[in-house]
Amino acid sequence: MFLTINDLNKQFIDQNDITNTVLQDINLNVEQGEFISILGPSGCGKSTLLSIVAGLTSATSGQINVDGHSISKPGKDRGVVFQEPALFPWLTVKENVIFPLKKEMSKSEAITHAKKYLKMVQLTNYLDHYPHELSGGMQQRVAIARALAMDPTLLLMDEPFGALDEQTRSRLHTQLESIWRDTKKTILFVTHSITESIKLSDRIIVMGTQPGVILTDIKVDIPRPREDHKQEMIEIEEHVMQYLKKEIDKVVSGEL
Amino acid sequence: MKPIFKRILFFVILIGFWSLGSALEWWSEIIFPSPLSVWQSFVSGIEDKTLIYGLIASFRRLAIGLSISLLLGTSIGILIAKSKTADDTIGSILLALQSVPSIVWLPLAIMWFGLNEKAVIFIVILGGTFVMALNIRTGIKNVPPLYIKAARTMGAGGIDLFRRVIFPASIPHVVTGSRLAWAFAWRALMAGELLSTGPGLGYTLRYASDFGDMSLVICVMIIIGVIGAIVDQLIFQRIEKNVAKRWGL
Ligand SMILES: Nc1ncnc2c1ncn2[C@@H]1O[C@H](COP(=O)(O)OP(=O)(O)OP(=O)(O)O)[C@@H](O)[C@H]1O
Ligand SMILES: [Mg+2]
Repeated sequence: MFLTINDLNKQFIDQNDITNTVLQDINLNVEQGEFISILGPSGCGKSTLLSIVAGLTSATSGQINVDGHSISKPGKDRGVVFQEPALFPWLTVKENVIFPLKKEMSKSEAITHAKKYLKMVQLTNYLDHYPHELSGGMQQRVAIARALAMDPTLLLMDEPFGALDEQTRSRLHTQLESIWRDTKKTILFVTHSITESIKLSDRIIVMGTQPGVILTDIKVDIPRPREDHKQEMIEIEEHVMQYLKKEIDKVVSGEL
Repeated sequence: MKPIFKRILFFVILIGFWSLGSALEWWSEIIFPSPLSVWQSFVSGIEDKTLIYGLIASFRRLAIGLSISLLLGTSIGILIAKSKTADDTIGSILLALQSVPSIVWLPLAIMWFGLNEKAVIFIVILGGTFVMALNIRTGIKNVPPLYIKAARTMGAGGIDLFRRVIFPASIPHVVTGSRLAWAFAWRALMAGELLSTGPGLGYTLRYASDFGDMSLVICVMIIIGVIGAIVDQLIFQRIEKNVAKRWGL
């Protein structure tokens, strides 16, 4: 198994010493090259889970192994794409993409490398632009190229297209799918869009909230490209919806 | 009308009114000389080079004092941004020091260094250091956490993280800090020179005043103001604007 998460728990303790269990008994196994979506209502701990796998947040208990190594801090084997592009505004597109490569290769090698990944996201014409000169969708593509450039085995994406308009998002879905096919990365993709998860992933991990648990693990056995299989997509959507509805009701009633 | 024309017109009217008042003797030439006499003082000051030497001397001190204060301010700023203990101790006294006009230190400085240019440079350093330190601290503390997270996932940490992410991310504050440091240092320099010793622009002002040469006094005041405005608007504000745009502020 490529990625294993065993009995993971995460608790936050607030100012009043009240313990908030955000993730409870999370167990997950992922094969190399799988595209996994993590779907769940707001606040169920999706970002926290991803952040723990990235090594940015420490777990309260539990074990994570990636490719046989136990995870405790960030590493270049795991590329992260955040909801916001997180590009460095003082660097050009090219310089942003070679940021993670500075140590392991010469500048010219790094640039060749960067160009390869910028080509994948179709941004080779913007090498010397600054982030503020690009649209949100373009910035997010640069961020994806940057994460890919360090050649991680695992790509962690936290609602990477959440802030984009519908058309841009749909175009990026297609791009991401082909990148995934070409690079054979393992992808953990957080979203709260059911359609997005069905369109992209091999498996959908549905999470429940308060505390964050894994409700179910749904295999999406639809041939790609999935646009041609609307009927099967709707069936899965209904299946996922059954699980999610209860959770969303829980969130809504909690807020009232 | 373009702002530049408005501005020119405004100055024309102002100087016109000043000339008119002098010509009609609304005020006496001795206490408030006419623009023409001020201009003549300027020309003769340039010709006999007193103004030029004064300017050079002032700028030399400014350059020394300001560079030291930027370096020192940056170091203190980084220290108090990074160390909680330093912030609780040095940080707390910084705001108090910043609110003391640095010229207040002159009597002490003269005791320590004598009535010479070391004392003036000391005042200039004090003028710029604290405001620089406070801005650097703000800059470093306000680096978006997302940049740091992103950098860490790309293998950056420790000094590398600071050098490649935290410091560049706080450049807008570095620029603002430098602009304010320059402004405080310039004021401190003029005050210091006025009260201590020459050569220098401030000293020329005092000297002119001692000799009752009011047109030279006004001439030097105008030079001080014009230099201040030029450096601030043409240099610092321009850099600040470019940086703000690039940094997406
Ligand atoms: N640093 C933190 N300190 C305390 N509580 C936190 C912290 N980070 C997250 N939480 C809590 O953990 C819970 C889950 O947060 P998380 O951001 O993982 O949710 P999410 O599933 O990503 O939600 P969304 O879909 O809105 O992004 C929330 O209740 C949040 O308040
Ligand atoms: Mg989230």
